Amino acid sequence: MRRISRMSRLAVLGSAALVLLTGCLGSSDSDSGDQDANRNADAKTVELTIGSNSVKGGKNSAGATWTQDVLIPKFVEAQKAKGVDVTVKFQGDGSDDEVYKQKLSLDLSNKSGPDLINIDGIWVGEFAQAGYIKPLTDTVGDAAKVDGWDGWTQIPESVQQLGMFDGKRYGVPGGSDGRVLYFNKKLFTQAGLPADWQPQSWDDITKAAQALKKLPGVTPVQINAGTAMGEATTMQGVLPLLVGTGATINTDGKWLGNSTQIRQVLDFYKSIYGGGLGDPVLQREAKGRDKSFAEFAANKIGILLEGDYFWRSVVEPKEGVAKMADRDTAVGYALIPASKPGGGIKGQNFVSMSGGGAVAINPNTKFPQQAWELLQFMNSAEMVESSLDGAAKITQRTDVNAKVLAGDPMLNFVATKVLPITQYRPGLAEYPKISAALQQATADVVGGKSTDAAAKTYETAVEAAAGSKDKVTSN
Amino acid sequence: MKPARVRGPAQDVAGLGVTRALGFLAPALLLIGAFLVFPAIWTIYIGITNYRLTGLEAASPSIVGLSNYTKALNDALFHNALWLTLLFVLGSAIIGQNILGFALAWTMRRARPAVRRTVEALVLLAWILPSTVVAYLWIAFFDRDTGTLNSILGTQGTAWLIDYPMVCLILFNTWRGTAFSMMLYSSALQAVPPSQLESARMVGASGWQTLRDVVFPHIRGHVLTNTLLISLWTANDFSPFLLTKGGPNHESETVPVYIYNVALQGGELGYSSAISFLLLLVNLLVALLYLRLLRKRS
Amino acid sequence: MTPTYVVRRIGFYTLICAITLFFAVPMLWIASAPFDANPGLGVHWPDWTLENFRKTFSHPYAMHSMVNSLLICVTTAVAVTAFAALASYALSRVRIPGRDALLYGLLLLSSVVTGTAAMVPIFVMMFQLGLIDSRFGVALVMTGGLLPAAIFILKDFVDAVPKSYEESARVFGASTLQILRDVVIPVARPGLATIMVWAFVNSWGNFLVPFLLIRSIEKQPGPVLMQTFTDEGGSVNLQILPVFALLFSIPVVVLYLLVNSRYGFRFHGGIKS
Repeated sequence: MRRISRMSRLAVLGSAALVLLTGCLGSSDSDSGDQDANRNADAKTVELTIGSNSVKGGKNSAGATWTQDVLIPKFVEAQKAKGVDVTVKFQGDGSDDEVYKQKLSLDLSNKSGPDLINIDGIWVGEFAQAGYIKPLTDTVGDAAKVDGWDGWTQIPESVQQLGMFDGKRYGVPGGSDGRVLYFNKKLFTQAGLPADWQPQSWDDITKAAQALKKLPGVTPVQINAGTAMGEATTMQGVLPLLVGTGATINTDGKWLGNSTQIRQVLDFYKSIYGGGLGDPVLQREAKGRDKSFAEFAANKIGILLEGDYFWRSVVEPKEGVAKMADRDTAVGYALIPASKPGGGIKGQNFVSMSGGGAVAINPNTKFPQQAWELLQFMNSAEMVESSLDGAAKITQRTDVNAKVLAGDPMLNFVATKVLPITQYRPGLAEYPKISAALQQATADVVGGKSTDAAAKTYETAVEAAAGSKDKVTSN
Repeated sequence: MKPARVRGPAQDVAGLGVTRALGFLAPALLLIGAFLVFPAIWTIYIGITNYRLTGLEAASPSIVGLSNYTKALNDALFHNALWLTLLFVLGSAIIGQNILGFALAWTMRRARPAVRRTVEALVLLAWILPSTVVAYLWIAFFDRDTGTLNSILGTQGTAWLIDYPMVCLILFNTWRGTAFSMMLYSSALQAVPPSQLESARMVGASGWQTLRDVVFPHIRGHVLTNTLLISLWTANDFSPFLLTKGGPNHESETVPVYIYNVALQGGELGYSSAISFLLLLVNLLVALLYLRLLRKRS
Repeated sequence: MTPTYVVRRIGFYTLICAITLFFAVPMLWIASAPFDANPGLGVHWPDWTLENFRKTFSHPYAMHSMVNSLLICVTTAVAVTAFAALASYALSRVRIPGRDALLYGLLLLSSVVTGTAAMVPIFVMMFQLGLIDSRFGVALVMTGGLLPAAIFILKDFVDAVPKSYEESARVFGASTLQILRDVVIPVARPGLATIMVWAFVNSWGNFLVPFLLIRSIEKQPGPVLMQTFTDEGGSVNLQILPVFALLFSIPVVVLYLLVNSRYGFRFHGGIKS
């Protein structure tokens, strides 16, 4: 019948089109082989793109503004003096980190994406495993050229970890940060606690919290818990406590499972949130972290575990999102103690955790040599200092830190006292799942489950994430 | 007098002819084929691999056959998501939007134009505002400390989104989507012959009896169409994420939110694609049920 | 005026009041927060100021994103309406084999596939087509996603249009094209207008597609920009967000009012009796 043959003709055409499309879309994950690292090394017209999860007027606006208004023009100028015509574009974004990571992965997996990519330190591992980034020496081609850069001498070993995986350098780290215990000096005075408080153990924290409990309308302690705050729970909650018990989340390639140290941390959470020393409801709210900031600024929280970001951008007297006009006199800060003196990682009395990002070179860039030049230029002392725009912030270079932080006692405190004792998260692909499992464990405990039950659930999740039981330690 | 049949068999009254008809269909089918069907098929393919966007499985994904599907069928969180989605659809679409939409359409028929316009405008405004805006409106409404709901009820300190997340979501979605049902029923009610309504009134039938015996038989098809559409839209709706991100501890994690969390937070694209396909199957079941009910019309 | 009548009337008006409040109250935030010097998440009597507006206007990308949204959504709405109209007329009037199955199948697909599930396939396909970082590409993808439902709704509408007009026109010797242009389209205009508004509204709020496909922040439409109104650590900037939310809602409301006043916003109908 005529009609049927018409339909079948259409069907044939349609499926042919589909097959064609499939064919040309197939091989995006085949290795194109190592490209010549010296490609386009002598080009006189160069185009580079810098990608970053920041945007003018939004997330990390200062960084985006500096990149577009200072770094790029200066680099173009410097290159012009050498006779090279460079166009540098800035590809900003302003979204949630997790989402940005997936978006960037989409680009990289299709061999596109910006030439210089700003990534979080903990993504380095998974990106490296996926083949999205390669060791700097491979991309640039010349080990001497990469390792011989004088900038490396100014970046502390521990901070360099941010851009390293499997012992190889994949990128140059950006600034770093540190976590401390903030406390409200006014509330402390009211509760009869010292204004220069420095707890020596977790018991000291609990004691102070008990004293604060007597003040009406005040939540004594805020240590992030639950899944709503995401990575903020792990970084400003679980991990600083965990390293205070002497263990890291990943040792010698094995993840920590249901161990005494994990149970210690969960017990501490239970004592705080079960003992009326914390606000369990706040941990479950979608905007819980923002709210905790607002409450601290309103003198409703006594002790808060946070990073220096809190000092710089949250309670900052002029531009902070929850500004405190009397920040410099009313907000105190102390090192995070180990569970007991000497009980911390490496036998330390005090501990901390740090994060940060790194800038890596896209292995599929058309201009690897020039990209490396831009990367060095970005991290020179002059550029790093200008990126601060007069603000005090912890950079990756010790020479810049010494100059810039002299005027801010708190940041100087972090740079000199916290960075030497701090730990970094393992940049492995499984980490996000482990982090989620840790968050879930705290959520369980704060929600009323027993430490044992929560720890068992946690271990099951870790085993699933790690892939096999022998990648997990427990005791 | 035979009631006018508005839906007759297809009659080519303008002389279009099959060729031109197919030509008319072509642009739409092309776009749909390219941007809907093709990605859907590909997603099914991804569903049988262990593809991830980062890590080792990104560089070399392997086909794992049906293991993603067996994983989903045994996944407690997936069951949780299915159950929550069922609640969500039942509460906010099948009951909420349907009843509120119909009630509005029915009562607005004889309301004063000014009243009618205001109410309709507000209801439609709720539907038109972009989802990101609406999410903030409701987060503000439910806020624990300064939220409007707490101010009205005097229950300061109740964290609605934490303690009763599904109730909040159902309320939210009813608010959001009633406009469509209202408009659809409003038009459908216009097709009910006024003479029959008159006779019912003269006979002394109560409002409820009128509805049951006169109105409902005429709009039965519309009820089914409406219910199908809003059920599908609600089941696949992503807005719950904007309000609760899946709720405290997965308590409001409907299937679309679960898919998002698995894909974007866990990075497991293979698994999330498999779940999406399962969701599609569920939708298919619902649609088939609807067709069966439609066929029983006469 | 029997007592039952009075009671009924009171009940009626109470119901209307309750429903009106139900719909109006949550919208209060967008009426107060933009003008508030100290905006919070809660609704309270604002500390009147226009400072937030000034900040929003001087934001480098905020207002331009509305232009991007307009470009994308007008394209999508026009494309959806045009193609859906053609397709729904054909499906309504001509017997095409497999019609019903096709329609329902596509409707199902469109509900599920336009989410995170199809993220990777859509991205890779657009990448191969060279349509990454293109607003036109975004419009294409959104059109494809909205078409099935649009055809479904429009077909219902076209089915309800009496065929007598077309038949008479045919009897008088009009060609097919003339019938379509002069008879069908004028009668179907309310339905077409409704679909256009529906498509516009649905694409106006779409976040995921432009987010995935567009790379330059200058080309991003409103919903994506809204995500960026945060500070360094990701805390929401409540001085810009409410203002932008308010401004962003205006075009859709205006469009609806325009269409409603000219045609009446209905999903069904035929000849206005």
